[in-house]
Amino acid sequence: MAAAILPPILWALIMLIEFIRYIAAGTVTTLAVTLVALPLGLVIGLAFALAHVYGGKVLTQVMRLYSTLMRGMPPILLLFILYFIISGSINLSPFWAGSIALGVVSSAYQLEILRGAILSVGGDQMMAARAIGMSRLKAIRYVILPQALRLAIPPWSNEASIVLKDSSLVYALGVAEILRRAQQLSATTQQPFMAFGTAALIYFILVFTANRLLDYLARRTQIPANPLG
Amino acid sequence: MSQPVLVAQNLTKTYGNNVIFRNISLSVNERDTIVIVGPSGTGKSTLLRCLNLLTKADSGKIWLDGVEITDPTCCSEDECRQRIGMVFQNFLLFNHLTALDNVMIGLTKVKKMPKEQARRKAVEELERVGLVDRAGHYPGQLSGGQQQRVAIARALAMEPRVMLFDEPTSALDPELIGEVLAVMKQLAREGMTMLVVTHEMGFAREVANRMIFMEKGQILEEGTPDDLFERPKYERTRQFLWKIAELHGRKAPEENG
Repeated sequence: MAAAILPPILWALIMLIEFIRYIAAGTVTTLAVTLVALPLGLVIGLAFALAHVYGGKVLTQVMRLYSTLMRGMPPILLLFILYFIISGSINLSPFWAGSIALGVVSSAYQLEILRGAILSVGGDQMMAARAIGMSRLKAIRYVILPQALRLAIPPWSNEASIVLKDSSLVYALGVAEILRRAQQLSATTQQPFMAFGTAALIYFILVFTANRLLDYLARRTQIPANPLG
Repeated sequence: MSQPVLVAQNLTKTYGNNVIFRNISLSVNERDTIVIVGPSGTGKSTLLRCLNLLTKADSGKIWLDGVEITDPTCCSEDECRQRIGMVFQNFLLFNHLTALDNVMIGLTKVKKMPKEQARRKAVEELERVGLVDRAGHYPGQLSGGQQQRVAIARALAMEPRVMLFDEPTSALDPELIGEVLAVMKQLAREGMTMLVVTHEMGFAREVANRMIFMEKGQILEEGTPDDLFERPKYERTRQFLWKIAELHGRKAPEENG
């Protein structure tokens, strides 16, 4: 009875809040997948980028092959392949298998981002570091990386938002993240526009916030009057 | 008698079929200031990098304080480089560090000096090049001349046995050259052993006790600056030195008298 008195706009609002509450549970999963995949991709990507730049001929070729292969296939396909490899050899939940697979996919892109940043710091900085007696490892640690990582923040921010959005792919493995819960809502309420619209809104807020945070980080860590930018 | 600090014997460097220099031998004694001049592409910079082991020579030997550093079993390259200071044409300060941190980083990370002690030492070195008031500035906030003086302080902080300068003023605006040369002159007066590649003939005449003229990957002639300017063995040496001296706005010695 009360429902009839409420104006439609209020109804829509209440529904939206209900939808957000339902999908919000998936948001935690989405963030969790992202927070596993991104750092994993960063660690692998950084190690491989260093191997690519400083590893000598053979390693460089291996890294090039890795990067080309991984970036040459749709992420969802790699997700399936890696998922079946991972879950075939060790017993992992879809959440972990999917997150790790996404991290591996992302590592190829992060490799390229970091490789570019390392190369733009340039060999001269390495030479100057070696000239005061630093080993290559120390030069990388104290001279190259502090500059390269700063340069990498803007393109990395882009990759972060891609991984955040691509985390929706683990939906295909049955992980109840934002998209999957939106789909469940759509099916049970017969309100696909509202359900997917809510999911879209949440994704947008997440990506927007992540990019603003990384912009802030880039500004905070900016080197005054850096010739490299 | 002054001791030889850095000795090179029969150094040869090639890139593919391209011979950069061949059979270069030289000896830098304690308190020497040696200036190397010569046309571009003669291998002067590569020679300095080979002496510092930044580039590997194809053949030949190098001794530092009587120890052969080209012998891989003698010591680590990193330890050798600590004792050979290097100043580059384009400064190569670490862009992400302040002037003070640029000078400190070798002390804390290579020499493992405690932070406070390293800071005091770094401040001293900045004082030496007259830049203590710029300690907190980043390289991008310093003029070229200031950057180069910080680079000199960074090298000096390691207390090297010998300093190599690779055209330290070539990338500077004319009005900034003087401040860098002044620091280098002061170093020479203090008895620092220096090997300087430069086209600053005024500096060479005033400070160097020996000059080396390199051309086409070889040492064509060497002697005191007066020898090379006034009594060169080769006409080519005279031509080159005077042309450069003129280009840099310095009067030839005859015109002074």
